[in-house]
Amino acid sequence: MNNPNINASSDRLELNDSTKLMDSAVTKPNTIDLVNKNLAKRYRAEKRFRLYGIASITFALICLVVLFTDIIGKGHSAFFQTYIQLEVNLDPEVLDINDARDLKQLANGDYQAALRKSLRAEFPDVKGRSDKRKLNALISSGASYHLADEVKADPGLLGQVISLPVLADDDVDTWLKSRSDDGEEAFTGRLSEKQLIWLENLLEAEKLEQKFNVVFFSNGDSREPELAGIRGAMMGSLFTLFVTFILSFTVGISSAIYLEEYAPKNHFTDFIEVNINNLAAVPSIIFGLLGLAIFIGLFGMPRSIPLLGGVVLSLMTLPTIIISSRAAIKAVPPSIRQAALGMGASKMQVILHHVLPLAMPGMLTGTIIGMAQALGETAPLLMIGMVAFVVDVPGALTDPSTALPVQIFLWADSPERAFVERTSAAIMVLLAFLISMNTLAVALRKRLERRW
Amino acid sequence: MTTSILLVVIALLVAFAFMSGKGLAVSKANKLGGVRQLNSLPFYYGMLSVFWCVIPCLIFVAAWAMFDEVIIENLVIANFPQQVQMQAEGELSLLINVVSNIASGASPSLGQEAYLIEAANYLKSLRDSSQTAMSVIALSLAACGICIAWAKINPELRARNHVESIFKLLLLICSCIAILTTVGIVLSVVFESIQFFKKVPISEFIFGLHWSPQVAIRSDQVGGSGAFGAVPLFVGTLLISAIAMIVAVPTGLMSAIYLSEYASRRVRGVIKPLLEILAGIPTVVYGFFAALTVAPFIRDVGGWVGDIWVLELLGITLHVSSESALAAGLVMGVMIIPFISSLSDDVINAVPQSLRDGALGLGSTQSETVKKVVIPAALPGIVGGILLAVSRAIGETMIVVMAAGLAANLTANPLESVTTVTVQIVTLLVGDQEFDSAKTLSAFALGLMLFVVTLALNVYALRVVKKYREQYE
Repeated sequence: MNNPNINASSDRLELNDSTKLMDSAVTKPNTIDLVNKNLAKRYRAEKRFRLYGIASITFALICLVVLFTDIIGKGHSAFFQTYIQLEVNLDPEVLDINDARDLKQLANGDYQAALRKSLRAEFPDVKGRSDKRKLNALISSGASYHLADEVKADPGLLGQVISLPVLADDDVDTWLKSRSDDGEEAFTGRLSEKQLIWLENLLEAEKLEQKFNVVFFSNGDSREPELAGIRGAMMGSLFTLFVTFILSFTVGISSAIYLEEYAPKNHFTDFIEVNINNLAAVPSIIFGLLGLAIFIGLFGMPRSIPLLGGVVLSLMTLPTIIISSRAAIKAVPPSIRQAALGMGASKMQVILHHVLPLAMPGMLTGTIIGMAQALGETAPLLMIGMVAFVVDVPGALTDPSTALPVQIFLWADSPERAFVERTSAAIMVLLAFLISMNTLAVALRKRLERRW
Repeated sequence: MTTSILLVVIALLVAFAFMSGKGLAVSKANKLGGVRQLNSLPFYYGMLSVFWCVIPCLIFVAAWAMFDEVIIENLVIANFPQQVQMQAEGELSLLINVVSNIASGASPSLGQEAYLIEAANYLKSLRDSSQTAMSVIALSLAACGICIAWAKINPELRARNHVESIFKLLLLICSCIAILTTVGIVLSVVFESIQFFKKVPISEFIFGLHWSPQVAIRSDQVGGSGAFGAVPLFVGTLLISAIAMIVAVPTGLMSAIYLSEYASRRVRGVIKPLLEILAGIPTVVYGFFAALTVAPFIRDVGGWVGDIWVLELLGITLHVSSESALAAGLVMGVMIIPFISSLSDDVINAVPQSLRDGALGLGSTQSETVKKVVIPAALPGIVGGILLAVSRAIGETMIVVMAAGLAANLTANPLESVTTVTVQIVTLLVGDQEFDSAKTLSAFALGLMLFVVTLALNVYALRVVKKYREQYE
């Protein structure tokens, strides 16, 4: 944009002598004096206006920065998880296993008892039922499954004393993370004073440690924050996006080709175009209502499955893909079509052999942007029941599942403080996916797009 | 045979159809004296047999998969004992759920009533035979298609023309999906809404001032008479949207003006993608941010302002709800900034440079050019963009679901908690529901209102923008 350099003091307009002479006879003020009088004011207005612009952009960017620092500040700690280092005696008697070759017995062993016993060994002076219960509450209820898996993998461990990190309860985890060295009050949550004393002891003995949170990436959802992971939600999102991609890419590109290359100029074509443009602006929740009433109500499809989620999301992303694909097809110069037609190619050959390959980068860019939109979408999935509490990691298109944004919504509602950091961490994962998809789209456009 | 295996087999058949069609055409042509006797390239004969093989077969599979569950359920219900069949539809669908759970082994069959177990077995056998029937018919359709194609293939057949017209037809069908989607949306909200308006008069819904959709299940239950006056929801929606627009319109517009009129190419290249990041953040993330960061912050600021002695002296108390409309509106405004900024940017860039040059040449400063020439010239387009943004704010769901309240207060105070149309749709429809209760149906009536309002805004805005574009083309 052109940008004339404006300087309030030096730009003052000078009158030449002849006009001075001419105007001296007139008593009323000169136009130029009027202009000069207002000039300073106008330049101030100019500066103010420019400042408003800068302020607006700064406001938007500050919001972006605050949002990201808030999420990262809350979420980064969720990638680490507290473990209690314990010496566990895998005594077959305690575990209630008498045949190490029997896999069923190995799976059903009382690993919890072994863990509790080893924890009590750390604090021999703890007596009384309620105190013991409090002590047991320090380790996660899921720790025994982990131990069971290890023993199943290597039955030779039976009878040995092994030292292993045991998953701590979420209260312990939150306490340790909020505990800073400068003596600030740590978040104790449901922890009692006795438990805090034991924890301090464990900490002094260097038995509490933070390790990379594998559980977060390998587990499905759970009511216990320390056992909750995003694997199930990620698989759900993956299956959903797969269906969305297949449907919206094929249908979107086909309609774009029809509208650009074949469609005659008539009312029906106009009607299709109006429909597409309006669908692009219909609120996403309405697509959820469509899924609920038509696909679940009328066709009897089961709820909560990625297949249905994918169908609904593909209807939602179709307009985006059609609009960008049409732009890509439009950008292919007509001379190429004419050259191909001149060589005797049929219409279909022109499209499949020439137009489509040349427009493909633009189409793919549009599709990736549409997929990113679908990945972040939540509201329609709530409507079709993908908001259920699903512990198992889905393994097929027809398994009940949630999606990553829905998981974020579910966790954001959970009262436990440990879920806040997990929600933020899940958001970080989601944003990482979205940003890399968008970067991919931009890179693809830059690399493959041809300027004619 | 499961559906996935069936699809694999069909894919194999398709490959076979292509190869055989192509081969058959070539061999027939060779008898007549070489490939050039063929009317079209061999590829088109292959494609023609593929179409014959796959199109009827897939249409059949899709139709079967759509309707078999419904038919099977009806058969199972028809097989229930007489007195069970007399029950209400909701009860029956519950029973069907129990039966299918038993059939799939999800719930134990022990201790269930005999007729349920019988029904479960019946359901299982029906499903098995349905699956088998589908596979057999689909595969025989595919095989028939291949045979028909074989019979048709001869060197005079104008295969290319056939394939091209089928190709065009398929493309046409794909572009009609947009129409079908619109029709589906309209049908799904209109039908349920008509049901709803049979139970609740439309005048009460549109003009009623009280919203509490809890309907008592038993007649002696306290509360929950069910009131469906949607005015508090409309007011709440408008309040939050208005706050969002107050944030977004000036900020977005000024950013667009600065970026298109003042900023250098380099600054533009940095700031535009950054604003696009803001646009690409999922709404659920904004909702989390609004609920956990912005809302508590506003509440704290409110408490702090309320403690100022001047206010206390004047007897003004400041109560900020932790689910205030302000928090949701502010965050929604931030979400909409890039939307308005990019739309206005396009519009401002479309204003011909000659208008600017003229204004500058007459001695106006740059801001005067913008204010008195560029903006008036771009105004229709900007208004169109703002209307699109309003329709987006009205239809926005996740931010308000997470940050706004559930209580339907009729208030214009942004510090109080209000609820919106979208929040109510989500709360009414998430979880188990009966399809025929007024509570569930009211969600569809709200959906209808939402659809109609956003559609009207969009149609009008798109028309304005289009007219504006034509003006300068």
